[in-house]
Amino acid sequence: MVPVNFYIILSAILFTIGAMGVLVRRNPLIIFMSIELMLNSANLAMVAFSSAIKSFSGQIFVFFVIAVAAAEVGVGLALIVQIFKSRHSINVDEMNNLKG
Amino acid sequence: MLFSETTSSGFFFLAPWIVFFPLIGLLTNLIFGGWFMKQPWGEKAIGWIASAASGAAFVASVLLAYSLSLNHGEVVRWTLGQWIHIGELELDWTFRVDTLSTTMMLVVSGVGTLIHIYAIGYMHEDVRFKSDLGRYQRFFVFFNLFIIAMMILVGGDSYMMLFVGWEGVGLCSFLLIGFWYDMDTLARPSWANSNAAKKAFITNRIGDFGFLIAGFIMFWYLKSFQFDQAFEAAKSMPPEIIVAITLFMLIGVAGKSSQIPLYVWLPDAMAGPTPVSALIHAATMVTAGVYLVARSAPLYTLVPQAQYIVAMTGAVTALFAATIAVGQYDIKKVLAYSTISQLGFMVAAVGMGAFVAGMFHLATHAFFKALLFLSAGSVILGLERGHHHLAHHGHGDHHEEVFDPGDMRNMGGLRKTMPVTFWLYMIGTLALAGIFPFAGFWSKDEILLDASLHYPTVYILLTIAAFFTAFYMGRQIWMVFFGQPRHEAAAHAEESPLIITAPLMVLAALSVLGGLLNLPFEGFHNLTHWLGYTLEEVEGLPLNLQVAGISTILALIAIAISWFIYGRNPLKKGQADPLKKPLGLIFTGMENKWFVDEGYWAVFVDRYIDISRFLADVIDWKFWHDFVHDKVIAGTYNWLANIALNDYADQKGINAFFDGWGKVTQWLSATTRKVQNGFVRSYALSIMLGVVLILGYLLLK
Repeated sequence: MVPVNFYIILSAILFTIGAMGVLVRRNPLIIFMSIELMLNSANLAMVAFSSAIKSFSGQIFVFFVIAVAAAEVGVGLALIVQIFKSRHSINVDEMNNLKG
Repeated sequence: MLFSETTSSGFFFLAPWIVFFPLIGLLTNLIFGGWFMKQPWGEKAIGWIASAASGAAFVASVLLAYSLSLNHGEVVRWTLGQWIHIGELELDWTFRVDTLSTTMMLVVSGVGTLIHIYAIGYMHEDVRFKSDLGRYQRFFVFFNLFIIAMMILVGGDSYMMLFVGWEGVGLCSFLLIGFWYDMDTLARPSWANSNAAKKAFITNRIGDFGFLIAGFIMFWYLKSFQFDQAFEAAKSMPPEIIVAITLFMLIGVAGKSSQIPLYVWLPDAMAGPTPVSALIHAATMVTAGVYLVARSAPLYTLVPQAQYIVAMTGAVTALFAATIAVGQYDIKKVLAYSTISQLGFMVAAVGMGAFVAGMFHLATHAFFKALLFLSAGSVILGLERGHHHLAHHGHGDHHEEVFDPGDMRNMGGLRKTMPVTFWLYMIGTLALAGIFPFAGFWSKDEILLDASLHYPTVYILLTIAAFFTAFYMGRQIWMVFFGQPRHEAAAHAEESPLIITAPLMVLAALSVLGGLLNLPFEGFHNLTHWLGYTLEEVEGLPLNLQVAGISTILALIAIAISWFIYGRNPLKKGQADPLKKPLGLIFTGMENKWFVDEGYWAVFVDRYIDISRFLADVIDWKFWHDFVHDKVIAGTYNWLANIALNDYADQKGINAFFDGWGKVTQWLSATTRKVQNGFVRSYALSIMLGVVLILGYLLLK
């Protein structure tokens, strides 16, 4: 039985990679992928805890997270497509119209 | 209404109705008079309603007097309602029915009713001569108001209720003197009449000041305004207080009853229509002062020194006014000064303690002086008619000149054109002159007799005044009714209609028979007996042939002299008064009222104007307006507003504070807007950092 610590460490590593990806990359597709990585690291942690404390609530929560992530990607990709149609670019740094 | 014990029988419930009847008449004419005036019978309706209202008050007075006689003269009080109840002071609207007040009620309402009826005819013509028919209604409203006020005056059971009536009659006097307020006595546009009204009103205010002071002292020391309570309390008071009360009251009496030094308003009051002169300024209102002294008899009898002053005031006034009457040319002015003189007789009488004689003379004087005034009114109307007759019959140039229908120099020979008025006037004259057996003879001799017994100085003054009385009345008769007309209007004068002469005939009968009220024979002292119920210590004096003889002989001599001067050689047109030459300066003095008015102007009125001007120009304008208001108040305010408030508090305080807030906000937003740089990744980083910080805090705490 793999100790729960290992899962948590893996989850933390994945979350950190995802966070760095969100902060560093300019391509929204990559940013989305990084967000997915962060979501899934959280999922991994929840599943691991769920297994450790012998409770299903964590696992059920993970299903919700996956469903919400799918919906989010659906909305996000549609936004990206529309932005690309109007600007012919998907560089996030160029989308700074709301700056103060 | 409260019943007192003695009111169970008789007509005493009518006591308030002596006021309510005229009030009903007043309200009827006030509300419906305008509509009446549009009807062809409207004037008659208004006049008769007013007369009926006054007549009803007279009937009520008669019934009250009758009930009182059944009641053996016991005082009856009829309380209508509460008035002022403060602390110890309890004042009610209480009517007092006693022999003194009913005597006054009978005189006021009786003579008042006759004059109301006379006024129906008189005002009918007067409003036409002055071309303002609308004032007919107003006249009778005022007239009824006067009866109301006078009834409150004589019917009140306390000095304060008396004062309400006192002021009420003063108001009516003002309203009626200024009845033709926008013209003078000759109907020319002018403020002369309203000035006369103001003079009367203001002079009376001076008198009322005295009355009020007397009232205040009375309230302070005697603790009551109710007559009996005040008299009872006065008995245990030091005499100085009673002297103060009575002498201040004398100022009020001098104002209302037109005595020296406040008599000057009465001659000017002749500006009012003649019925007003007869009712208010001869028969009733001016006798209010006499009534006041008689009513306050228990106070005056306590202090002989005050009595002496009152008696001397009356006596001097009687003589002084009589001398002025000799030099007057206006028919009503002669009667006005005669009234002042006769009021002097009455005041002297009540001052001497001869209250019955004073009241007796008050009643008879009301009869014959009302008769004389109303007859004079008839004469004036007769001349007006003659004047209009001329104007309408081709003597076109006559209405250009100003014609004075009251000037005796325009009259003469009216005996033939106005015979009824002549005989009525003769009766009034003989009564006033004190010729046996007319009413004036009995009442005047009673005063003279009392004076001869107690105050020789007063007796001498009054006897000389009586001599002058007969003389100026004789002069008037010769000038007005005898000789040749000195003006064409007098030649064409027309006799007055019955509505005017009928009340005069009643008054003439009273002037002849008025003496029966109180004949100086044993068993005939009716008025003495009657008033004796109310006034203590009255004595019915027997006839003194010496006193009566002297005054009668003097009166006859005076009439003879007047015939010698004015009757034997009638005045010619444009001729100066025959007395002017032999008397010289003295006559000039008489003619010009001894320059008293001018003296008052110089001493009081002009000084008053000076003070007013000083107060207005210097104190009010220069000091208060220019200095205090403009410089001090407005200046301080401006300084405060501009420098202190505007510059410091507002600009440098409040304004700067909020400007500062604005700057802070601007700086804050300029700084913080830089955080919002539009880079999504930097937002994400801040969120991340925030999460790390919160987590770090949670983990490490």
